[in-house]
Amino acid sequence: MHTGFFTIYRRDMIRFIRFKTLLISSLVQPALWMAFFGIAMSASFNRLTMEIPTLPGVPTVDYLTFMAAGVIAMTTLFTSLFGGITILFDKNWGLMREIFASPLPRTQIIFGIALSGMTKSFIQAGIIMAFALLIGADLFAGFTPAGTVFAILGILLFVGVFSLGFLFLSAAISISLESPEGLQGIITLLTMPIFFASNALYPINAFPPPLQAVSLANPLTYLVTGIRYFAIGNNFQAVGTQYTVTPSAIGFAFLFLAGFTLMMFGLAWWRFQKAVVT
Amino acid sequence: MSGQIITVQELYHCFKEVVAVDGISFDVKEGEIFSFLGPNGAGKSTAINVLTTLLPIQEGRATVAGYSVADDPQKVRESIGIVFQDVTLDRDMTCREILEFHGNLYRMPRQERKRRIDELLTLVQLENKQDVRTKHLSGGMKRRLEIARGLMTRPRVLFLDEPTIGLDPQTRMRMWEYIKDVNREGTTIFLTTHYMDEADQLSDRISIIDHGKIITTGRSFELKNALGEDLIYLETSDLAGTREVLSEMEMVKEITIKPRGISAMLNGDGTKVLPSIMETLATRRIRVNVVNVKKPSMDDVFVHYTGRELRDEGAERASSAVTRAGRR
Ligand SMILES: Nc1ncnc2c1ncn2[C@@H]1O[C@H](COP(=O)(O)OP(=O)(O)OP(=O)(O)O)[C@@H](O)[C@H]1O
Ligand SMILES: [Mg+2]
Repeated sequence: MHTGFFTIYRRDMIRFIRFKTLLISSLVQPALWMAFFGIAMSASFNRLTMEIPTLPGVPTVDYLTFMAAGVIAMTTLFTSLFGGITILFDKNWGLMREIFASPLPRTQIIFGIALSGMTKSFIQAGIIMAFALLIGADLFAGFTPAGTVFAILGILLFVGVFSLGFLFLSAAISISLESPEGLQGIITLLTMPIFFASNALYPINAFPPPLQAVSLANPLTYLVTGIRYFAIGNNFQAVGTQYTVTPSAIGFAFLFLAGFTLMMFGLAWWRFQKAVVT
Repeated sequence: MSGQIITVQELYHCFKEVVAVDGISFDVKEGEIFSFLGPNGAGKSTAINVLTTLLPIQEGRATVAGYSVADDPQKVRESIGIVFQDVTLDRDMTCREILEFHGNLYRMPRQERKRRIDELLTLVQLENKQDVRTKHLSGGMKRRLEIARGLMTRPRVLFLDEPTIGLDPQTRMRMWEYIKDVNREGTTIFLTTHYMDEADQLSDRISIIDHGKIITTGRSFELKNALGEDLIYLETSDLAGTREVLSEMEMVKEITIKPRGISAMLNGDGTKVLPSIMETLATRRIRVNVVNVKKPSMDDVFVHYTGRELRDEGAERASSAVTRAGRR
């Protein structure tokens, strides 16, 4: 196996640690989301849903716990879509030329960038989970220690595959663009529909059918489903909706994400073969 | 020291309407130092970018180290090293990290990497800056670091795009010496420059390039000899009259009007012709203020072939001050 990606990976991580403001903001931001958005939203949602009769025999999950999965997913989405920006900086500073003129295969560049983005997402997911538990979310409630470890690994698996997919997409966009501003614009355009047409913050079964269709084609929905399955369980109710997840549904969610990621890798590979950097 | 390590045939490259490289053909022999000498915008960097696979080949054919640039770019990249014209250093990495990263890109073994980095940091006198981030280096230090980086992998062909730009005279000399050392150890060097002395001192062969075309190629002394043997420069009270006198002399090959004087390329020994020139001028009552006889320099070669003077900068401006004198 070619290990050239590690060279790229290491440099990107050095930078991540070295740019203190970037480092701190990327660590604090998800916690802030959880703190403000989470607490505010759960206060109002919990009050609104108090009226809704609960299903007997199905464990009820409060809104904070419900949306923690959404915040992990959203943070992963943002971080991953932004992950390719290092490529744009490298291009603008002329650093990409050194790499492109070297024998390092271009796929290794893609892998290196994607893996460092994935690492950042893992760190952020960890922070959000810890912070969510701290402010009272009932993640991993009633799990054995072994079960908790398994659940965390499951979450990281889903977060990992998902983030790779969007990092590949981000790399593909970045290598085709000239300036970081362009990437910012595209990200803003992409994140809105991806985030809101998903089950991250509310159930999708109340959506009008077209929007439901969109959210069922949305990778974020499958990531959220996966995280909830591992962090909460396979049968619970929240926001007046019952969630039951069968193993085959989880399998499908994973395959969907894996398929998406493969497609995005194909896209990135193609864009990198075409790319001219001078 | 045998075959051709770079072959280029009818290479053409344009950016939209701008023709940067206009059908050039040349070969570089294994083991030599070969230079592209040309003014700003001549197409030197573009040619290097194509040969180093950074730009695609639009028209023409090229091989580097025996591999087709168009069909086998990966093999080409494994055989070459480059020092780019402009700074390409990560501002937030230290000197040592920059070199480490580069060595890793080329998969240099750990021990060799470390040894080479130590050696090169000493060479470019950056040992005590090795843990300093590159944004805190002076311009010349950055350049030295980049040269060290280009030399790290000891490639078969090393491309140096204006390598000594921005260096002080001592450092330039040291770099030339080191480039020669690297060359002696077997690396072919392809150099671009607009410094006459650099091309003159460093290269085995020089191609003069202008407007995307190679105008002439040869060894430094061949290029100079082709011009003539001696060059006479005169500043007089009557330039037009002087020109007339000169153009009637047997040995005068070519006359060039300079901003303040006139120069003539001679077929033979200048010291022998000079007395008769002075005599004729005297009979015409033309007063001579300055006189100078010298062997043609690279500058003269350049002016001869491109019709412009090449200075460190502002080559474009200088060209308007020089007019080409017609032959007899
Ligand atoms: N990326 C580009 N896009 C458009 N035009 C370009 C590009 N790169 C170079 N050119 C044009 O191609 C021509 C040749 O440029 P090139 O950089 O090869 O010259 P050069 O000989 O290296 O000059 P210098 O001594 O200034 O480095 C110039 O007219 C330049 O404007
Ligand atoms: Mg150039």
